Amino acid sequence: MIRFEGKAYDSKDNETVLDCLERNGVSVPCSCRSGICQACLMRATDGKPPSSAQKGLKPSLVSQNYFMSCSCVASQDLEISFPASTTGLVFSSKVLNKCKLSDEIVRVRLQRPDNYEYFSGQYLTLYKKKGLGRNYSIASVPDRDGFLELHIRRVPGGAVSNWAHDQLHEGDEISIGHAIGNCFYVAGHPTQPLLLIGTGCGLAPLAGILQAALLQGHQGDVKLYHGSRSVQGLYLSDSLEGVRQQYPNFSYSQCLSAKKHDTQTSFRHGRATDLALQDNPDLTGWRVFICGTTDMVKATKKAVFLTGASMQDIYCDEFVQTKFC
Amino acid sequence: MSDTLYDKIGGEAAVDAAVDIFYRKVLADDRISSFFDDVDMEHQAAKQKAFLTMAFGGPHNYTGKDMRDGHAHLVERGLNDSHFDAVMENLGATLKELNVPDELIAQAAAIAESTRADVLGR
Repeated sequence: MIRFEGKAYDSKDNETVLDCLERNGVSVPCSCRSGICQACLMRATDGKPPSSAQKGLKPSLVSQNYFMSCSCVASQDLEISFPASTTGLVFSSKVLNKCKLSDEIVRVRLQRPDNYEYFSGQYLTLYKKKGLGRNYSIASVPDRDGFLELHIRRVPGGAVSNWAHDQLHEGDEISIGHAIGNCFYVAGHPTQPLLLIGTGCGLAPLAGILQAALLQGHQGDVKLYHGSRSVQGLYLSDSLEGVRQQYPNFSYSQCLSAKKHDTQTSFRHGRATDLALQDNPDLTGWRVFICGTTDMVKATKKAVFLTGASMQDIYCDEFVQTKFC
Repeated sequence: MSDTLYDKIGGEAAVDAAVDIFYRKVLADDRISSFFDDVDMEHQAAKQKAFLTMAFGGPHNYTGKDMRDGHAHLVERGLNDSHFDAVMENLGATLKELNVPDELIAQAAAIAESTRADVLGR
């Protein structure tokens, strides 16, 4: 039986989820109908789809029970939804700790609600009030931390970031959404080199991802390139240095893309993407994580792919700033 | 039992090996790369995989109408024979790079060629 958008559909023997839905008048985007192009991608929010319906999907999608409906013959009852839809789950939480990481960035640690599942690098919606929330990436590590860590940059005129900076206090009760996103570390290929490139607060998900990888025993090189136009944006230095001292396979570069300032000798000069590709010109066999603005992610993804990284091994998270209406 | 072209080329493993190579060539080819500017790379790579599966004689369910509908917006932007030819060239080069014998390359090319009219909306 397939449950979709509140309705239950009985599927016939050997009938694919796509056929079942279409037979019942539900329209599903699809193209190749052969389990390859992923146009018919859906997600099982309850029950597990057969792995044969997940062939070719990125590991982070497999972990979240995504599957191709044209090739899914369910072996058990499933509750399914389209990838873009959210379940609308809201959790109660509390601010455990708040501190400044730089002039414009504040670190907020929230109580992790019971049964709150997530992967480091996913993001959640932080609600200022009902109907008003913004997405922030999760920098904490589920196996190690009892809290959810967010890095919030003050956005001029921003509806939620200014509230978070100025009016949110330790002990305050707040609401958050469930964890979303496909940009996270999945165990496997432990000797594969990892490259992480991020700008601004893109460091938040990357910090979570690299720590999750190292904690899970990743042995290959883990290289982080964090970039910012200004020194203000290069934060978390102490934490990164701590990780570097603990894990010999981890290294990081803090990159200043603004005009050269003679005083900042500890930072490298140039864009994070450029320096990453300069240092590692052949990315064949690498797994790459990219976090930043849409333009930065698009350009970096292409550059990284063209130097040899496989599409399957490139994970991206675009930070889209909410436009005012 | 005789192997199909798809089997001889190497089946799904061959498609997987070919996708990234083929897509890199396409993105680096100035004659056609602009058609891919606005497309999400990952979605496009999945479609390339489906295209290559079809070109290798593998299992697919694309109809002439699918090919026509899928490329109509590009035809409106000026997609023509020269662009189709460029894609064919990159397909051949990809298979050559994977050491597929010329005879099999010719067969795959013939399959891809058979979609020309539909792709170009004729």
